[in-house]
Amino acid sequence: MAGSADPHAVVPAGPPLWLLAELTYRCPLHCVFCYNPVRYAGVQNELSTAQWIDVMTQARRLGAAQLGFSGGEPLLRDDLEELVQEAHRLGYYTNLITSGVGLNAARAQRLKDAGLDHIQLSFQDSTRELNDFLSHTKTFELKQRVAQLIKAHDWPMVMNCVLHRHNLPHVRKIIDMAVALDAEYLELANTQYYGWAWLNRDQLMPTHAELLAAEAEVQRFRAEQEASGAIRCRVLFVVPDYFEQRPKACMNGWGSVFLSVAPDGLAMPCHNARDLPGLQLQNVTQTPLADIWQRSQAFNAFRGEDWMQPPCRSCSERHKDFGGCRCQAFLITGDAAATDPVCNKSPHHEQVVQLVQQAPQRRQIPLVFRNDTESRARL
Amino acid sequence: MGLDFGMTLPEKPVLSRRFRLQFEEAQQRWVLLYPEGMVQLNPSAAEILKRCDGTRPVPVIVAELETAFSVQGIGAEVTALLEEGQRRGWIG
Repeated sequence: MAGSADPHAVVPAGPPLWLLAELTYRCPLHCVFCYNPVRYAGVQNELSTAQWIDVMTQARRLGAAQLGFSGGEPLLRDDLEELVQEAHRLGYYTNLITSGVGLNAARAQRLKDAGLDHIQLSFQDSTRELNDFLSHTKTFELKQRVAQLIKAHDWPMVMNCVLHRHNLPHVRKIIDMAVALDAEYLELANTQYYGWAWLNRDQLMPTHAELLAAEAEVQRFRAEQEASGAIRCRVLFVVPDYFEQRPKACMNGWGSVFLSVAPDGLAMPCHNARDLPGLQLQNVTQTPLADIWQRSQAFNAFRGEDWMQPPCRSCSERHKDFGGCRCQAFLITGDAAATDPVCNKSPHHEQVVQLVQQAPQRRQIPLVFRNDTESRARL
Repeated sequence: MGLDFGMTLPEKPVLSRRFRLQFEEAQQRWVLLYPEGMVQLNPSAAEILKRCDGTRPVPVIVAELETAFSVQGIGAEVTALLEEGQRRGWIG
């Protein structure tokens, strides 16, 4: 049972500020840390252009201002330019979150003309070998070319690199690469263990020492940059929460500001919510978005605080972290309404400690690359 | 926090082209939009930033605001906001 919220006792909802449009689960890359659902191959029937435009129009009316085009690889949609143009007309700030595969000079120009505001480009590593191995593709040089294309069209660029034990030792080189490519921001996103990353957690999990060494490198870079007097690249180090004592404020609270729409039109309070049991997720092709956002069981299941169990229920920090991540609570404790076990006040915290400690002894488990065959095998 | 990089304000401040100033109906306030983020502005910050178009010197911005809102002596407040904006990269 997901939460104890009475469907009639609805917590008043503010506007969704973020719309994440996951245009497709199709992707030319096969990253081992992908957070897409492992069973994505069972998701058919992508929304049409007209349906996406309808979703964007409704979400904008509700108050969404930031729009992320994501996936999968959103460039696989031939109508991306049309969707960007419409989003721009509606007044969104438009973000394209991409691996870069499929972006050539002609397409970049069309996206610029359509009003695209920003591109987030993912890299897997500073070396060709590891980039290509982890994504199971030959894309390293392509990504360098795409980065130059992004700058040539005067877009701000966020470079994103997912960190894990294989590339943590390269963190300074990754930063140097971002600076060399003129990225305004570098997101060093320590792996969050959902989807494919959850399957591969033993292979990806660093040791505490590896993590501390990388964080020290990041601090050293920041200090050097501040001393230089010019901030060229702002580096974000996304906290690896398994190593923390308090959970992240996931989604800034359930149903608070974030609205995700999956390729098939399923509206979700979090892009990993598809597999949470007990949620009655609704589809934008069948229900108006305002009803979904304000009144649906799924968006109210963990909205506010009534659903919280001890120790969250009486915790002085519940307004700060909102009880952490529901997906993580479910994956580790089996109960989506439990306190996020990352929190050391959780009765299940020891399980997180064990996941970290046992990983080095479990490295023989083979990596599972994200692809249709592996996905179908898990349907 | 007050990190001081020893920066001085430009004579005629201009909003960085990396930020978009926009009124949001649903929130009934002005916001600054940037890659994957949004700053929600209070009314006075919005009025100051709206005038950062690269043509107005700081004293002109102050005088305009004092006239528009029938107040006096807000120079220090305006400068503080502009310095904060510069530290956060809003002001080019």
